[in-house]
Amino acid sequence: MNTETARLRVKTWICATVVVFSNVFGNFFMKRGMPAQLSTPLAYVTVLFQPWVALGVLLMILWLLSRMALLSWADLSYVLPVTSVGYVLVALTGKILLNEQITAKRWAGIVLIMAGVALVSGRTAPRTVGAGR
Amino acid sequence: MKWMWIAIIVAATTVGEVLQAMGMRRHGEIHDFRPGAIGRALAVLARNRFVIGSVAAMAVSFFAYMGLLTIADLSFAVPATAVTYVLETVLARYVLKEHVNWLRWAGASLVICGVALVSL
Repeated sequence: MNTETARLRVKTWICATVVVFSNVFGNFFMKRGMPAQLSTPLAYVTVLFQPWVALGVLLMILWLLSRMALLSWADLSYVLPVTSVGYVLVALTGKILLNEQITAKRWAGIVLIMAGVALVSGRTAPRTVGAGR
Repeated sequence: MKWMWIAIIVAATTVGEVLQAMGMRRHGEIHDFRPGAIGRALAVLARNRFVIGSVAAMAVSFFAYMGLLTIADLSFAVPATAVTYVLETVLARYVLKEHVNWLRWAGASLVICGVALVSL
């Protein structure tokens, strides 16, 4: 592995970690603050100022920006599977923070996702096409 | 009603994320992560047509997702929207011209099956 590949890989891992965690916790806080019903169009806007939802939205903005940064050098077909590790973290945070049950089917899904992520992230380079085409 | 929300979410997410990848590809690799440099990059990106289009599409997808969550469970919403993985990988190959080798197809397929299992 030459230095350029190594540099890109480290940068990709750091940025992908920010993308995944901001998405997982953004969703978690938004779900925590979301009321059971949004009856009027205005409710869709006012709910954004509810504290937990607002924190969730801030994290989603961080998610959007970090994902844009990641896509400035990494392929979409690399970013998609690699950031899907978030689904695993959602299931695990559900178990740890909310005491949800993880069924055998869910564990099987978690294993499949991790296998997919490992295949793509460990064995293919983040970038396959030149920038600024 | 549920399926109408799903259709809107899938279409808006796919368009938004592919446009985002296109816009960022055109912008080029971001090297400098100091606040000032990020601010300058954002100012440039705010004039990038692809990025503007992607943010608009993702906003549509975000509000449609909120709408869906009021009438459907997360366990229905998440696997139903996982179909965007298939569409986006195909578009990455044919529109963004990425080299999607068999490892990536295999990885994407495993992830899709996994997402369905985790959320069903």
